[in-house]
Amino acid sequence: MTLTVSDLSITRGGIPVLEGLSFQLRPGKALILRGPNGIGKTTLLRTLAGLQPPLEGTIEGAEDQIAYAAHSDGLKPTLTVTENLTFWASVFGTSGIQSALDAFDLNELADRHAGNLSAGQKRRLGLARMLVTGRPIWMLDEPTVSLDKNAVQMFADAVRAHLAQGGSALIATHIDLGLDGEVLDVGPNKAKPKPIDDFDGGFL
Amino acid sequence: MIALLLRDLKLAFRAGGGFGLGLAFFLIVTVMVPFAVGPQSSLLSTIAPGVLWLGALLACLLSLDRLLALDWEDGSLDLLATAPLPLESVVTIKALAHWLTTGLPLVLAAPFLGVLLNLPVPGFFWLVISLLIGTPAMSVIGTFGAALTVGLKRGGLLLSLLVLPLYVPTLIFGAEVARRGATEMEVQTPLLMLAGITAATIALLPFASAAVLRINLR
Repeated sequence: MTLTVSDLSITRGGIPVLEGLSFQLRPGKALILRGPNGIGKTTLLRTLAGLQPPLEGTIEGAEDQIAYAAHSDGLKPTLTVTENLTFWASVFGTSGIQSALDAFDLNELADRHAGNLSAGQKRRLGLARMLVTGRPIWMLDEPTVSLDKNAVQMFADAVRAHLAQGGSALIATHIDLGLDGEVLDVGPNKAKPKPIDDFDGGFL
Repeated sequence: MIALLLRDLKLAFRAGGGFGLGLAFFLIVTVMVPFAVGPQSSLLSTIAPGVLWLGALLACLLSLDRLLALDWEDGSLDLLATAPLPLESVVTIKALAHWLTTGLPLVLAAPFLGVLLNLPVPGFFWLVISLLIGTPAMSVIGTFGAALTVGLKRGGLLLSLLVLPLYVPTLIFGAEVARRGATEMEVQTPLLMLAGITAATIALLPFASAAVLRINLR
């Protein structure tokens, strides 16, 4: 399912943050969302996920297709890692908890309460939740916060596997994940896609 | 939907889940009433239905601010809003879980607390029946209040101020059923009114709760 965004304008607290945003996210592709703090990356992801209406413009192909991972992971501290994942798998009507545990190396922590995990381990569990949703389009907001080098690699591998299965991902991040994808460079009231290599060259 | 209900029940029973807080509050309020009004059994017997109803109502109110706020704080509410579950179902299940963990224990405890207030024997049955019919409305109205105030810092007090006036019809007819039952009077009219209020709130308020929740999540 291709996500098509046309002339999108979004607001945060009634103030326009991005205007005239157009892009396409095709199956098997990743789009890296970059821009300075406060530019509206989170607001854009929330709008695409359907949590808030756009001011103008259209979003096609998003209906019941998007798995959204916000800054907060939606984990319950008094439930175990497995119980947290089982709950979200039931809500989305999927299975595959074991493969999610494997992908983020959570097997040893499976019976531990989420409240007893470190920040990085919680983040891994939050990302494992994306796998159990079974949704094709991932929207990830700063997914690598608190992750160590190995965990970032695990995450990048999970995204690659997802893309290989025909999924797509829109990722707001400030680090290079080594993914084969385009960069959506958002600035004040405008946005245009650039190839990832050019951007990285300029960025570094 | 079942998964959400089971998760909420599990969370309520685990450490820090708050199960039993409402019950303990109900017990303490009921025990304190004779200290305040004096030990005359005839006076206690007269005010028992009203006091028990008011105690149950305030105990119900106590746990409302956690109903949606915890899910909002940890981001679950955002994720549930993007899940293939209508928000109307989410708020209905939340209200049901609240009733099962707060309302139902109050209903079951009420007869024992009725003994402490010298509730007349015929009143026990009608007290339980009136609470059984009335407490679901309190959970559903409470969920609406929680949806209105979710995301507000220190929204608990505002929640109480918003919800208490909405509880008035339920309190009037619920306490009236218990009072009439205790004095062996006809209870049909207030009982039907109470059941009507509960049926209407269950049918209509989840839509309102989901609508305000959608606005508050923006």
